[in-house]
Amino acid sequence: MEELKEELKGKIIEVLNLEDISVADIDDSDALFGDGLGLDSIDALELIVLLDKEYGIKLSDPKQGKSIFESVNTMADYIAKNRTK
Amino acid sequence: MDRPLYISHYSKIENGRISVDGNAIFHTDEAQFFAFIKQAFKNQQIDYSKFYKMDNLSKLAFLAAEVLLNEEEDKEDIALVLSNKSASLDTDVKYQGSIQDAANFFPSPAVFVYTLANICGGEIGIRHGMKSEHVFFVSDEFDAVTIFNYATYLIKSLKAKKVLCGWVELFEENYKAVLYLVEERGTALHTTDTINKLVKN
Amino acid sequence: MNCVTPLGLDLHSNWIALLEENTGIDMHTIGYFENIYTAKIKNLPTVRSDLTYLETMLYLALEPLVKLKNLDTKTGFILSTTKGNIDFLSEGKSEEAQLNKLAVKLAHLFGFITQPIVISHACVSGLLAVSVAKRLIQMGQFDEVFVLAGDKVSEFVLSGFGAFQAMSANPCKPFDLNRDGVTLGEAAGAILVTKSDENALVEIVGEGAINDANHISGPSRTGEGLYQSISSALKEAGIAASAIDFISAHGTATPYNDEMEAIAFSRLGMHKIPINSLKGYYGHTLGASGLLELIISIQSLQNNKLLPTKGFNLKGTSKDVNIVTQAMDIPLTYILKTASGFGGSNCAAILKKMNG
Repeated sequence: MEELKEELKGKIIEVLNLEDISVADIDDSDALFGDGLGLDSIDALELIVLLDKEYGIKLSDPKQGKSIFESVNTMADYIAKNRTK
Repeated sequence: MDRPLYISHYSKIENGRISVDGNAIFHTDEAQFFAFIKQAFKNQQIDYSKFYKMDNLSKLAFLAAEVLLNEEEDKEDIALVLSNKSASLDTDVKYQGSIQDAANFFPSPAVFVYTLANICGGEIGIRHGMKSEHVFFVSDEFDAVTIFNYATYLIKSLKAKKVLCGWVELFEENYKAVLYLVEERGTALHTTDTINKLVKN
Repeated sequence: MNCVTPLGLDLHSNWIALLEENTGIDMHTIGYFENIYTAKIKNLPTVRSDLTYLETMLYLALEPLVKLKNLDTKTGFILSTTKGNIDFLSEGKSEEAQLNKLAVKLAHLFGFITQPIVISHACVSGLLAVSVAKRLIQMGQFDEVFVLAGDKVSEFVLSGFGAFQAMSANPCKPFDLNRDGVTLGEAAGAILVTKSDENALVEIVGEGAINDANHISGPSRTGEGLYQSISSALKEAGIAASAIDFISAHGTATPYNDEMEAIAFSRLGMHKIPINSLKGYYGHTLGASGLLELIISIQSLQNNKLLPTKGFNLKGTSKDVNIVTQAMDIPLTYILKTASGFGGSNCAAILKKMNG
């Protein structure tokens, strides 16, 4: 699980072009949206693509994203349970 | 109606060099656009992390506007008249790469949004709060007559107080940005001749 | 004026189809996308072997307008498109996909003497092109301008709207409670804007194109840019909002867009003015939509006839708007056409019936 979280942080930084942030800067429980990393609606859509491309998870209802993308913890949990690759 | 208009300031980005009103403010020998624009952005010490999410055309246009407008006040009534040759083709090609192969079909929303030429103007508008007239023209070369008439119309019709005009072209490693501000005060008279020389030199 | 759409290859056939409330939206398979709803032209004829699909649409739209005219140095040509011949990219031909190349080819084909002007400004392109034509005529650059707008349904755009989760699985439902996204469509439209009022159908009495300066993909939550665009057009026209008899809205059927429009209209006190969206007939035709819908609205103005908003059933915006739900015959003098799009763009134009 820890490995997955680290990997996920790296990928989030990469796909969202978070230039000034490193893996060590993101806490597992940090809010990704709002006051945390300050991601916006396009970033949320990009995370949906990331789930599909890297872990073979398709989110059919974008509203599901809200709880899944709360933090690295919630994302990693969801991926561990639902990944197909 | 007949009061003349002037060009108050202008900026240029070309060949690893950024200048404002003809004075170089940044220069590097970095040949790659991506590395150059990042260095230039850091050099300006601008706190705006959204910059890194932009496509290359928007980064170019953003920085050219930034160095020109950072001392301006009351930016809400500055209209934006941009033009280039390749529209958003540079990003279009990148986006096409993400959908070219049906077995590896992962279109990126963050790339797709930049596959419209006017988005770079939208980025400038957001940064400077320019809730104003915006337009994006595409032409093989800078169309001085059209841009001159359009900018003049906007000010004379009172639809804008000032107009930020220019050329923001980028395709692969070929890039050039020239922006200038048209208003009722300034040093150079706003004519098709002046803007042609400014943009094409 | 003229248009080429899934409902017909000229304006007359489009108007007949609209009066019968036919839709151009149907199930299609386009590359990667199987059995999706789009408004695609069926059986587009081949008019010349050297034209692409989009060029053929554009040619058919403009040819009837141009063929009777003498094109001189005061005749302008404006092309509005978002993606032009974008399909060339899948063949690795980026140079062929240049928008300007498309414009120059068409300009030569029709014999325009002046350099073509291309406007590529997301989904407001088609309407903004008419504003630009008017402004350049006012500045004396041209005496008349042919405005041509077109976009086709492509895998490129379908995949992008898909990635944005902005596409509906069903034919779109503008302003409806259950709206869940756009249906993409393709069309071309052409209109002649002139300095002289001889034979003119309408006068462009005011227009504006104010940016939200808020977000590159999401519309402003307060409808600020659209509100200001309409205000600017009203000011130029010298009329009050209440003088408008009908609004042809953008109405893409995404939750955010239609809500934003309802807020902007409400802020202007325009909530009782009849409003429709034509997206249920044509889908979202991107760079063509503003011009196509303007042309159909002029047809409405000429015939004093409002078309219902196909796909709308239940009120679905937080602010009340007076959606036209069935065909209506009412006297029309002033109409407002609006459009909004990516990049925070908005555009509004007010037209007045000649001798109205």
